[in-house]
Amino acid sequence: MATTYVRSLGARTTRRRIYFEHFDPLLLLGLLTVILFGMVILYRDQDVMIGQALRVGVGFVMLVLAAQVPPRVYLRWTPWVYAGGLALLLVTLFLGVTVNGSRRWLELPGGLRFQPSELMKLAIPLMLGWYFHRRGLPPRFRDVAAGLLFIAAPAVLIVRQPDLGTALLLTAGGLGVVVLAGIRWRWILAAVGLAAAAAPGLWMAMREYQRDRVRTLFDPEHDPMGAGWNIIQSKTAVGSGGVFGKGLDQGTQSRLDFLPESHTDFIVAVIGEELGLVGVTLLIVVYLAVLARGLYIATQASGTFARLAVGGLMLTFFVYVFVNIAMVCGLFPVVGVPLPLVSFGGTSVISLLAGFGIVMSVHTHRNW
Amino acid sequence: MADPFDIHGLGTEGRAFTVRALVVFLVALAMMLVLLARLVQLQVVEYDSYRIRSDDNRIQVRALPPDRGLIFDQRGGLLADNRPARSLNVVTELIDDLDGVVEELGALVDISERQIEDFHERIARRRPFEPVALRMNLAEEEVARVRVNGHRWPGVEIGEENVRYYPLGDLMAHAVGSVRRVNQEDAQRLDKRRYRGVKFVGRLGVEKFYEDVLHGDVGWQHIEIDARGRIHRILDETPAVVGRDVTLHLDSFLQGAARDALDGRRGAVVALDPKSGGIRVLVSNPGYDPNLFVTGIRSDLYQELASSRDAPLFNRAVQGRYAPGSTFKPVVALAGLAAGVTDWERTIVDRGEFRLPGRKRVYRDWSWTQGNAGGQGIVNLRKAIYRSSNVYFYDLATRMGVDALSSFAAQFGYGEVTSVDVADAVPGVLPSRAWKMENRGDRWYDGDSVNLGIGQGDLLVTPLQLATVAMVIANRGHWARPRLLRESGGAQPGFDLGEPRPRVAGVTDADWEALVDAMADVVHRGNQGFRENGTAWFHIGRDDLGYRMAGKSGTAQVVEIAQGEEYDEEALDEYSRKHAWFIAFAPAEDPTLAVSVLVENGGGGSSVAAPVARAVLDAHLRPRLASL
Repeated sequence: MATTYVRSLGARTTRRRIYFEHFDPLLLLGLLTVILFGMVILYRDQDVMIGQALRVGVGFVMLVLAAQVPPRVYLRWTPWVYAGGLALLLVTLFLGVTVNGSRRWLELPGGLRFQPSELMKLAIPLMLGWYFHRRGLPPRFRDVAAGLLFIAAPAVLIVRQPDLGTALLLTAGGLGVVVLAGIRWRWILAAVGLAAAAAPGLWMAMREYQRDRVRTLFDPEHDPMGAGWNIIQSKTAVGSGGVFGKGLDQGTQSRLDFLPESHTDFIVAVIGEELGLVGVTLLIVVYLAVLARGLYIATQASGTFARLAVGGLMLTFFVYVFVNIAMVCGLFPVVGVPLPLVSFGGTSVISLLAGFGIVMSVHTHRNW
Repeated sequence: MADPFDIHGLGTEGRAFTVRALVVFLVALAMMLVLLARLVQLQVVEYDSYRIRSDDNRIQVRALPPDRGLIFDQRGGLLADNRPARSLNVVTELIDDLDGVVEELGALVDISERQIEDFHERIARRRPFEPVALRMNLAEEEVARVRVNGHRWPGVEIGEENVRYYPLGDLMAHAVGSVRRVNQEDAQRLDKRRYRGVKFVGRLGVEKFYEDVLHGDVGWQHIEIDARGRIHRILDETPAVVGRDVTLHLDSFLQGAARDALDGRRGAVVALDPKSGGIRVLVSNPGYDPNLFVTGIRSDLYQELASSRDAPLFNRAVQGRYAPGSTFKPVVALAGLAAGVTDWERTIVDRGEFRLPGRKRVYRDWSWTQGNAGGQGIVNLRKAIYRSSNVYFYDLATRMGVDALSSFAAQFGYGEVTSVDVADAVPGVLPSRAWKMENRGDRWYDGDSVNLGIGQGDLLVTPLQLATVAMVIANRGHWARPRLLRESGGAQPGFDLGEPRPRVAGVTDADWEALVDAMADVVHRGNQGFRENGTAWFHIGRDDLGYRMAGKSGTAQVVEIAQGEEYDEEALDEYSRKHAWFIAFAPAEDPTLAVSVLVENGGGGSSVAAPVARAVLDAHLRPRLASL
């Protein structure tokens, strides 16, 4: 990496070199590998394949652009982006498009749709980084409290959509930033204890359909043709794949439509079915490698903002990966979250790649 | 504060962050290890059960119902065929609002309430995604209407299946029986494996008795389906084994002749081949069209059939129980000979009246009418038969006693089912002392013997039983148990021919021949003057038959006629009139067909039933004579 860094110090920088010098090859390799996993499953449906390729293309354009922008610019713009994201969430609550009973989408002129909560995936880590950057580390109690407010504000708006899953995941990512910021371990322990104590309260606050999802997790056979269907079919797909899988394109659970959402939220079940334990393990290893590389970049970053922003982006990314796979394996209730960079649909790929653009920017602009 | 120029990020704060990042990564690693452990659990430890589960999802076993074996008559004529019929089937899994769709379909094809009920009953028994028939036997235009509109309802389809068809319709209804659609009751009774996917089961007659032979073996198909139940491919297949064909002794030609001879009257005709016991004719009139029942009969039509006073659904030939009347006399005669209480020479004077010693009650001859009580004059056994003298047999039965008579008659199969393969045949009643005590709670009186002597009282027979009696006499006491089956393709597993029955004991060959001669006189003895002609001669014996026929008429009372009252046919309701019987066989020397004819409420056996018997024997013998 040092070479990259040294070269970027050179006086003459061609346009061509700018484009490529702000990439981190290792991270890029990891991302491409992950994306490839998705493509291998999605290729059999041409429309889906084209749609995904399009999104990946746009995502990489965003990545390239985001990587060119130096961290200080992000630092300057973060409050505005965050405030804008909050505003969009507010607008969504009133003007959003209702799909399956929840308002998550904003429709732009021309029929384009996007989820403001996707934007918050980037904005929350950036905002926390921005805030703690100004406050100094380790954070004092009131700084932590303020930081939690920055997480809570969008989370509440997203819960109202309602999209509890996304809200929880963003919160988890945000809390990761707080942990990285250096909050004392004993506070963390206290928070965990508090959360455990509050769990019954959370149960009371949950809506009936949400409780059903939790109940279903523990006893999917209670309603195998209804609520339990997804989780039963998903576990069946994964389990029947065995060690080496049924072979590409041989997954009967997905090919014969027993597995719902096989292109989107449950895509890892297809990987498990067709590529087996070996395939999923490989995917997990690549994800861990991406996480490791990202966290390494964070440790190498100069400045609190850059470190926390990158760390937060990476943790948010990881939380999505973990929760999605845990859901497919029947360890978590069914929350509608995509598997990062693999699932088809939505704007997730684009916002994620944009996020990685920021990560790369941080890494290649350490001399700012 | 962070130092923006700490380019390596290795300040105090940076180091703290690095530690944190490392801890966080280790936590993430641990979480991923949990996931991996879970994956190992699913994909390695529990692999087998999920593999099975996944196969259960996609692989379904579909039953391939076998084609039912065909039924032929002895000339090779088809009695039961399989014909493709189209039905309106529904895959209920693919339909949200079933009632709504059924209602909409009702606008395209006729669907009765009962069919909807049956439909729901079948739904309860079907396998997932198995199409369930809502209406069967669709007409061509109904098929077209459904096809045009079918796209509106995924899950509604036109199915084609083989359905039993009886080409001869009502002619063979009672002889061959029929299949019915498997209902709830059947489903519980039948072997689930052998009948998977099978929609019809034999319910009556040959179809019922030879169900196991005709049914065949269900085949199996493993098919791969998707979550919507669509079939993707056939994985493997064990073809169904077609049921074995069955050839019967029945003769459609003779059957038709018998039915025509009955000429619409209620009654039954049974004809047996004396050599084999093969049932050549089994008519119960009126019949019904069994095809109506195969796929479910309209309820109003069924009500009409079931409640008709003519009882078309009732198989008189094997289930109708009637007093045999004078057709019993030949058996009484043989019993008397066997018991040694009479011989062919002994005579009595028949004045048309009989009294038990010391009793007042008068038993009369059949020829008795008020103002004319002549009787048959001097009567020996032969004349007692061809003139059907009641008085002779009153006397004979009384002197012989019930024990000798009842046990002798039992040798002819009275009171039991001797047929081998006639479904639902009933045994009738052969009274005896023990029987009377058990069933009437009373002892046997001499008056009972008097009545029994002329085949009245508690003695009850079916037309099949009387045909059997005629056959045993035709065989001079030798037995062949009546049977329908002539042959079936291949072996006949478990087909029980029954214990061979011994020749009727106690009767000499000369007695047999004399009896046959006496019975031939019933038909052929004519132009002999007042009360000297055979009872049936005037009705069937006056022209040249071309063969010698032996017979015996019988007339069975339906209502009790009070002492001293006249039986006035005109005054009686049609359904209270006497039943007419005639049993016969021919050629008398070496019989090839034995017949019993019953005409319900027909009146005189000789005048009404005998011509039917002759028509059947003519149909049987005349074509052969012509070909000689």
